[in-house]
Amino acid sequence: MSLLELVRVSKHFGGLQAVNGLSLQMEAGEILGLIGPNGAGKTTAFNLISGFLKPDAGEIRFRGRSLIGLKPHAICLLGLTRTFQLVRPFPHLSVAANVRVGALARHPRSREALARALAVVEQVGLAAKAETPAGSLTLAERKRLELARALATEPTLLLLDEVMAGLTATETEAMVGLIRRINESGVSVLLIEHNMRAVMSLSHRIAVLSFGEKIAEGAPAAVAGHPRVIEAYLGEDYEHAAQA
Amino acid sequence: MKLAGFGAVAVLLALPAVLNKYALTVFIFMFFYAFLGQAWNIVGGYAGQLSAGHAAFVGVGAYAAALLSAQAGLTPWIGMFIGGGLAAVLGTVVGFLGFRFGLRGFYFVLLTVAFAEICRIVALNTDAVGGALGFYITYTGNPWQFQFGDNRVYYYVALALMLGATGIVAWIERSRFGAYLTAIREDENASEALGVNTFKYKMLAMVVSSFLTGVGGTFYAFSLFSLQPNAVFGIPLSVEIIIRPIVGGAGTVLGPILGSFILSPLAEISRNYFAQHGWAGAHLIAYGVLLVSVVLFLPQGAYPAARSLLARWRR
Repeated sequence: MSLLELVRVSKHFGGLQAVNGLSLQMEAGEILGLIGPNGAGKTTAFNLISGFLKPDAGEIRFRGRSLIGLKPHAICLLGLTRTFQLVRPFPHLSVAANVRVGALARHPRSREALARALAVVEQVGLAAKAETPAGSLTLAERKRLELARALATEPTLLLLDEVMAGLTATETEAMVGLIRRINESGVSVLLIEHNMRAVMSLSHRIAVLSFGEKIAEGAPAAVAGHPRVIEAYLGEDYEHAAQA
Repeated sequence: MKLAGFGAVAVLLALPAVLNKYALTVFIFMFFYAFLGQAWNIVGGYAGQLSAGHAAFVGVGAYAAALLSAQAGLTPWIGMFIGGGLAAVLGTVVGFLGFRFGLRGFYFVLLTVAFAEICRIVALNTDAVGGALGFYITYTGNPWQFQFGDNRVYYYVALALMLGATGIVAWIERSRFGAYLTAIREDENASEALGVNTFKYKMLAMVVSSFLTGVGGTFYAFSLFSLQPNAVFGIPLSVEIIIRPIVGGAGTVLGPILGSFILSPLAEISRNYFAQHGWAGAHLIAYGVLLVSVVLFLPQGAYPAARSLLARWRR
């Protein structure tokens, strides 16, 4: 049984076919990178999986169980937690209080949740900022906070939406290491990422979306050289030029 | 902090010994509005769902207890919980319509106002509850009928209501329920993603808040002895309920109390002052100016502002 399975999932907004017959499988323990040009439907796919949108057609299964019709909070409690591309910290709450909200999903007692939250805050390297209001963090710190909050819900599968966007090279490197450690602790990761170097080094497999359809899937090196992927990113002319 | 709390309660317990009749009345309503503000604080302050129609719950609770007492002879000591229960039913309906259909911000405000207005118009046009003439409670002075010859009893009942609601809010703040309400206020989608059943917790907040407010209706009815639809269901009462926690600090345990201790005496003094000078009603302008100033200069309310000032002074 696959950890996550999408079967011909479609979603349109008015006349725009955002996701078109997308099928995808993920095994436990995997890091799967989801890449594609802007507007390819990656974030829509995340919203469909995490229950923020309902697909028009198709089936989504997590550990064999259909997610169709479940609310995001219920999906989170099943062990599938997502982050947001535009980070959404609780601005007036401290970093620790932010993460505690996630921890409360598994530890209903306030004190245990806080202890668990502080451990996660430490894990993502925000211990020094635990008492700082989330609203006054830098972007890199907010990205870590977004990750910490999701991690505190103790997911089996973590959906990361561009956690490296806007980070410097050093910050990106640190984030890659952090995600790798999280994966090694037994959490599977599905990540949307525009930073090619990061996604190529992190992912075990990569799936490429373009105009809502999956155009390629496989090992990072194979996908990077795939003609349809080059075409999607760089246009047809470039591909011809490359062949000439 | 704990010591200061006990000290303050001790002072309030001893105060009636030295207060004159007028000051006692001011304190009674100071406590009562702090209680109503505290009840609103749960849904409006912590969960951030701005109900501007909480007068509806006061009115439902007040009419229920008063009618049960007058028509069925039921003691308001039980009637207050039935009134609270009916208010909670109304709160459930309003909450369901608002939260199920995702009304946020101004739209939720309008929904709550509309419900209070519906209640007001229904009461105005229902002769069985006195209609536009209002409903009057015969004074008997019987404590079993929630009527007290001695105003000091009202003082202690109002104080108990305020402290009870504050205890409930303090407990909520430290529980998962409170953490989830705060998270919902800060960002609803992020809360959902972190496993928070936002609909369920907003509904719970609305039910607890409307129940407590409905319980307050009994105090309203049996301390004023007359129920006028325009007053008990009116927008001005809803504003009175909201303005105290906002001025004092919405979403904090002590905000509604501080707000009431600032505003109630101010309202009393300015009402008397303006009335004496033939400007009856002008105190509402003073209210408006104060509310605008707070929103502009202390958007978090007086209590958080005072606390950070204190922290800076200590350092």
